[in-house]
Amino acid sequence: MTERFKTHEYDVLIIGAGGAGLRAAIEASSTGASVGVVCKSLLGKAHTVMAEGGMAASMGNVDDRDNWKVHFADTMRGGQYLNNCEMAEIHAREAGERVLELEAWGALFDRTKEGKILQRNFGGHKYPRLAHVGDRTGLEMIRTLQDHGIHQGIDFHMEVTVTNLLKDGDRVVAAFGYEREKGRFMLYKAKAIVIATGGIGRAFKVTSNSWEYTGDGHALAYDAGADLIDMEFVQFHPTGMVWPPSVRGILVTEGVRGEGGILTNSEGKRFMFEDVPPLYVSSTADNEEEGWKYVTGDKEANRPPELLTRDHVARKIVKEVKAGRGSPHGGAFLNIAWIKEHIKDSETHIKKKLPSMYHQFMELAEVDITKDPMEVGPTTHYVMGGIRVNAESQMSTVKGLFACGECAAGLHGANRLGGNSLSDLLVFGKRAGEFASKFASECEYGNIGTNEVNALVTESLLPVDRTEGENPYKIQEDLQETMQDLAGISRCDEELKTAIVRIGEYAVRSTTAYAPGNREYNPGWHTALDLHNLLVVSEALCYSAMQRTESRGGHFRSDFPEKTEEGSTYNTVVRRKNDGSMEVERVPVIPQSDEMRAIIEEYK
Amino acid sequence: MGQVTFKIWRGEGDEGHFEEYQTEVSEGMVVLDAIHAIQSDDASDLAVRWNCKAGKCGSCSAEINGMPKLMCMTRLSSLDLDNPIIIEPMKAFPLMKDLVTDVSWNYEAKKSIKPFKPCKPDAPDGTWRMQQEDVERAQEFRKCIECYLCQNVCHVLRDHHDHAEYIGPAFLVKTAAFEMHPLDEENRTLDLKDEQGIGYCNITKCCTKVCPEHITITDNAIIPLKERVVDEFYDPLKKLFRIFKPK
Amino acid sequence: MLQTPVPLPQPRKFGESNRQDAWWLQPIVVFLGLSAFIVYSTWAAFQGTDYLFTGGGADYLSPFYSPEIFGDSGHAIFGPKPEIWPAWLPFSPALLILWAPGGFRFTCYYYRGAYYKAFWADPSNCSVGEPKARSCYRGENSLPLILQNIHRYFLYIALGFIVLLAWDAWKAMWFEDASGVEHFGIGVGSIVLTINVFLLSGYTFGCHVLRHMVGGKFKTISDKPAHKKAYECVTCLNKRHMLFAWLSLFWVGFTDFYVRMCATGSWTDWRIF
Repeated sequence: MTERFKTHEYDVLIIGAGGAGLRAAIEASSTGASVGVVCKSLLGKAHTVMAEGGMAASMGNVDDRDNWKVHFADTMRGGQYLNNCEMAEIHAREAGERVLELEAWGALFDRTKEGKILQRNFGGHKYPRLAHVGDRTGLEMIRTLQDHGIHQGIDFHMEVTVTNLLKDGDRVVAAFGYEREKGRFMLYKAKAIVIATGGIGRAFKVTSNSWEYTGDGHALAYDAGADLIDMEFVQFHPTGMVWPPSVRGILVTEGVRGEGGILTNSEGKRFMFEDVPPLYVSSTADNEEEGWKYVTGDKEANRPPELLTRDHVARKIVKEVKAGRGSPHGGAFLNIAWIKEHIKDSETHIKKKLPSMYHQFMELAEVDITKDPMEVGPTTHYVMGGIRVNAESQMSTVKGLFACGECAAGLHGANRLGGNSLSDLLVFGKRAGEFASKFASECEYGNIGTNEVNALVTESLLPVDRTEGENPYKIQEDLQETMQDLAGISRCDEELKTAIVRIGEYAVRSTTAYAPGNREYNPGWHTALDLHNLLVVSEALCYSAMQRTESRGGHFRSDFPEKTEEGSTYNTVVRRKNDGSMEVERVPVIPQSDEMRAIIEEYK
Repeated sequence: MGQVTFKIWRGEGDEGHFEEYQTEVSEGMVVLDAIHAIQSDDASDLAVRWNCKAGKCGSCSAEINGMPKLMCMTRLSSLDLDNPIIIEPMKAFPLMKDLVTDVSWNYEAKKSIKPFKPCKPDAPDGTWRMQQEDVERAQEFRKCIECYLCQNVCHVLRDHHDHAEYIGPAFLVKTAAFEMHPLDEENRTLDLKDEQGIGYCNITKCCTKVCPEHITITDNAIIPLKERVVDEFYDPLKKLFRIFKPK
Repeated sequence: MLQTPVPLPQPRKFGESNRQDAWWLQPIVVFLGLSAFIVYSTWAAFQGTDYLFTGGGADYLSPFYSPEIFGDSGHAIFGPKPEIWPAWLPFSPALLILWAPGGFRFTCYYYRGAYYKAFWADPSNCSVGEPKARSCYRGENSLPLILQNIHRYFLYIALGFIVLLAWDAWKAMWFEDASGVEHFGIGVGSIVLTINVFLLSGYTFGCHVLRHMVGGKFKTISDKPAHKKAYECVTCLNKRHMLFAWLSLFWVGFTDFYVRMCATGSWTDWRIF
């Protein structure tokens, strides 16, 4: 049988070219491995560019009391102790090194007076810790990695989507996908594969994620037999834009609050001062004066309540809206203009500190944030859950398959702290590249049958080969609607069950998806092929959410609104059974060593 | 706001034509929203490249009523909705399909720039010290989102097709970002003059006009680079001075 | 060398554009503005008379004729036209010097962009088609336009002109009475000449080359306080380079016109005090 696809061979194949994928590629190629990177969009367009606030690393440039132990303890507290504590430790120890490495590759961070890298405050971090460049840190990071990476001899395959992983025995040995331009099919044979595909935001209606984030990596790993863990934990960023409707969900950086922005309701009240969670009472300001002192760098002051963890702030906003104290378009007011009470030339200050926020609101909502408050509300932002990996090597539960970045899980537990994502990409991207390359050096290419691949070609072409069927966009929209309504920020058993039933219906409908036109750059076809991934992650999310009968971090159950003792002892795991159905179980959390427990206790 | 007509370029490679679509628009919509509405209702195979929809990734570049713009940052309220809105792909790059162009040349052009080469760390801890005011100049250029609107509007590429001789404003900005990086030690002026054809720029400033990141491309990046080239190659007095300068 | 991506879309025909705005307005305004100035200044330069106004003890010298190297007025540095000057060659003091400010403006980064558009239609405006005949474009990469890089030398001269014109403006504030004694005073002409110096300074000190020289060429500037200050000042003017280019262009022409009108007796110069 003739081959209906083109084949490439690499020691290490990286799927995804965001921060984690690029860092992995650079590391792997620096060890001498041949490296291919496949990305769904153009190089340098990944969602990493949207990260605004900064990357967390306890370098102590602004407050010298900071060190990795405090960062570790903050991450664990933020994750409500469901984190993979080994990952949290590695992350806290290595983040600083990774930031400095970025500087050596040309990144230009904002500076302190002494000329060191400036660090800013962020929710959940005890000390100013986020290295940043205004509010476009993610762009700086991806551009630096990209500019460094293009001179390393890495092959980039742009606008290629991987749809299947192929195994030889128990080992992953190849990836199959299509390129957008002509719709040609590609087979990438590799000794080791790193998944760095990011998140699942597109499963929801209101999201800060772009069309790419359909949980591809999650579904690829799941289909290949890997474990997914903590899938119930989705971070709803408290501050997304809510108006006008077409920009609903676009992120408003936490940096606004870090620079002194306050949240108020329609009565003008700073509602965040109420209901401060017990874990944070001792470290949170109880009056406006102290909060302001904190954001201006007073080391003795406690943080303002706006800088509490994202899950808490998001729920507080929802509560205000439900109580009828929301803003005109169903959000809360985020006000940075008020700092004119404290700063003389506040207009220039705001524009300098938050330039892209200023432009975003000016151009998309016609709001001048130096004068008027913004309207904000929660938006699907990040999934803490994902592919279960080994802390050290980032290898999944399937041989030869590695994962890093958002699609890998463990570091963030039940809730991610702002700023820990960018450092996560670098720390574990590097490790994934390093260990994937090592793995590759110890094995050979696997065997793949041409027929098997040709069958995938036929299957992939179904939506364009049909002559009638359902509009894939409509199926996707219905799924997003369902997830938003039934599995969003507040969940209950009954609704989750309904959601699972509906997901099953959508799965049936997706087998009739029809994309008119040919294979060449046909977004309808691409949408149809992405449906499978969205359905897998949505189902995994619902099952995991049903399994966790408590509320914690990014997971809130209206029928179990309290945190339970038992809840802190397990993680939920989802995997594919041999019959193709989804299995969910609880596994004990990775035990903390005595040393770690002591650190957590010390910096409580 | 009612029904609005869009004239959208449909076609592949050399062949193509404008096709008219009607769609319902509402408050706050941007051009990309209208394209999505058309895609989901009338033309599911309408090819368009987009990502962040917040003006940060630079994917959705196109020409709207003849001007190069990001579709996600162009509000419909800023356009004349009584007449059809013309949306066509960028003109300086080969067309793939509909609104999507093959921008791979840009990646090659970028690769021709010598990479960042830092000086030795100047602080005892093995890192560097830099002052905020010194990093700010290069930071302006690092805002570039690589949307290639400046490349598209530049007549050297767009009308004269001198892609082989000139790397275009976007990568002069990139070069400026390296050249004005406080730590960089590489010399790129010879490349600028010979390989990258900075002399092809005739300062029409169209690049600056279309930059969605408001980078002052011509005044802050290209002209300072041109002056560096003059310093090294076109200033007779400086040349003389260099000859007699004790080594 | 990089490969040209093929196939590229056909370039548009001259003036072809989907732009909905009046894109042709700007190049036309620039064309008319610059043409008017060139016509007037050429005419004025060839006059060789009426460039000095001494009525009422005033001493107004037209900027087109300053410095006067050879000439018949009292301002001439080396006295009247040299004997060896060929009779067939037209002579005017202005012709000896106008090449300098003319060259400064001709090679100026702002004017270059402006007249390439307005006079050469290369392009006539952003995203508008160019005349088809132009098959080979070399830009400023080869002769003759590579000579534009001489701009810095014109800057050096232009800086000197600022000093001379400032001196002329100062002289325009001293009026000779009947007994030959000079008194400080202000006439409308003094103000016209003074504004001329300020506008020309605004233009000259906002020059891109100057910006490069005082600070732009350095990698770091925080450690060079004097350069930093200078760089900030030049940058501030540079942002308004276009504005000063037009204001000073108009005003320098007007200054000549004012002196000329007074010298021919068409206008009366009002003494303020």
